[in-house]
Amino acid sequence: MLAFLDIPIVESVLYIIRGTGYTVGLIVGAMATGLIIGLPLAAIQIFGPRWSKALAALYVWFFRGIPIIVLLFLFYFGVFGFIEKLLKTYSGYNVALPPFLASVTALGLVSGAYQSQIFRGTILSLHRGQFIAAKSLGFSTIGTVFHIILPQALRLAIPAWSNEYSILLKDSAVAYLLGTMEIMARIGHLVSITHRHVPFYLLAGLLYFLLTHVGVVALKALERRTRIPGLGNDPQEV
Amino acid sequence: MTFDQLLTATEPTPPLMEVRNISKSLGGKLILDDVSLSLNRGQLKVLIGPSGSGKSTLLQCIHFLLQPDRGDVILDGKSAWEMSHFNICSFRQKIGMIFQDFNLFDHLTALDNVAIAPRKVKGLRRTEAYQRAKEELARVGLSDKFDHYPAQLSGGQKQRVSIARAMAMDPKIMLLDEPTSALDPELIGEVLNVIAVLAKGGMTMLMVTHQIGFARHLTDEIIFMEAGRVVEQGSPKFLLDDNSESRTALFCSHLTELTGR
Repeated sequence: MLAFLDIPIVESVLYIIRGTGYTVGLIVGAMATGLIIGLPLAAIQIFGPRWSKALAALYVWFFRGIPIIVLLFLFYFGVFGFIEKLLKTYSGYNVALPPFLASVTALGLVSGAYQSQIFRGTILSLHRGQFIAAKSLGFSTIGTVFHIILPQALRLAIPAWSNEYSILLKDSAVAYLLGTMEIMARIGHLVSITHRHVPFYLLAGLLYFLLTHVGVVALKALERRTRIPGLGNDPQEV
Repeated sequence: MTFDQLLTATEPTPPLMEVRNISKSLGGKLILDDVSLSLNRGQLKVLIGPSGSGKSTLLQCIHFLLQPDRGDVILDGKSAWEMSHFNICSFRQKIGMIFQDFNLFDHLTALDNVAIAPRKVKGLRRTEAYQRAKEELARVGLSDKFDHYPAQLSGGQKQRVSIARAMAMDPKIMLLDEPTSALDPELIGEVLNVIAVLAKGGMTMLMVTHQIGFARHLTDEIIFMEAGRVVEQGSPKFLLDDNSESRTALFCSHLTELTGR
């Protein structure tokens, strides 16, 4: 089917599949980083002392206010450039940090800001009396968070989380600007060889569409499997 | 010998719990004003008073869920303030609390609701914790509801689960904050029965309630609070007697007028 493009078909397909792997790696890494940042950030915004609340708000304010692409460059050339320079000064080696790592970190930092707002909302929607009940049974604050708050907040966050997934997945396309060899970078490369813009960008669109679909369907299944009667609204009853 | 010393000398056994001169302000408003009371082992005392008189705040202060501004709670000879310096959680474990709106954990079954604190707070083994949870649920008559989530239980059943949950921690004392106020009238009886069984079993309890008819038969002392102070304190016979001109009797006559009993 791709014969008219004058490029080796099998190799091109494998080339794009590997790129899809990079995109999946980006999104999984960034969502995980965002989760690790977002959860404590949400807890701090609700339960933390005043100064820590202000710091958390500052974080969210900063990372929600800057385009991802600006952040990506700032991070890669600023932070990573600085680390590379340090490594060279102290170890003498020329270390090139992979742009993939910079992309995952930058996307994860941004997602952390958004995810903190997701979890903040779900924690606030929980029935408050449970926290007092947990305290009255002798649970520490940490114990209450782990055994009472998180199991509920995480379940209720799945729909919003699936939204964040589908947005971040498409945002991850900008990672090609740093030379991360994900879908867009490879499609762009093939386009530059073949000069066939439309079919390749259609293919890119299709791949993103499929990845979004698979993720959203999987999260929907997770939501159904972990549903607890009476926790959140049952879609069948609404 | 001073009068105070004489009092302590004639006291047969020290009270299980002593609440000493607790004051608490919330949002600049004085909610509790120098409240003191004591509970002996196996005693049930009833706390009544109009809403806003500080009953719930008092229970929360006794439990150190709210830190009192002044005053102390002595439980079994140990000061809550002293314990709060290193481990307030172990102090709280000794006190069970029942809430007006149950406050069950929404994501756990009845059995898990009862078993989670013994497992995660006391560190009991899974099998032991579940064994204990089953016994406690059986005691409140819910052997057939182990796998039900809170949303699948009636109000009365939820409150009984919450009593089982508190009892599974072997508290020395139970604080009950209007345990039947959020219940449909026909469900009140099942919860009161469980409380009566606890009382007869020797559980020490401090209960906020408006179920005066029920309370007067179980309790030996009624404490009446108003505007953050203990106004009256005495046996139900003395306070609620038809000829009594106590503030308590007046308040309770309004209650019975309202409920027609």
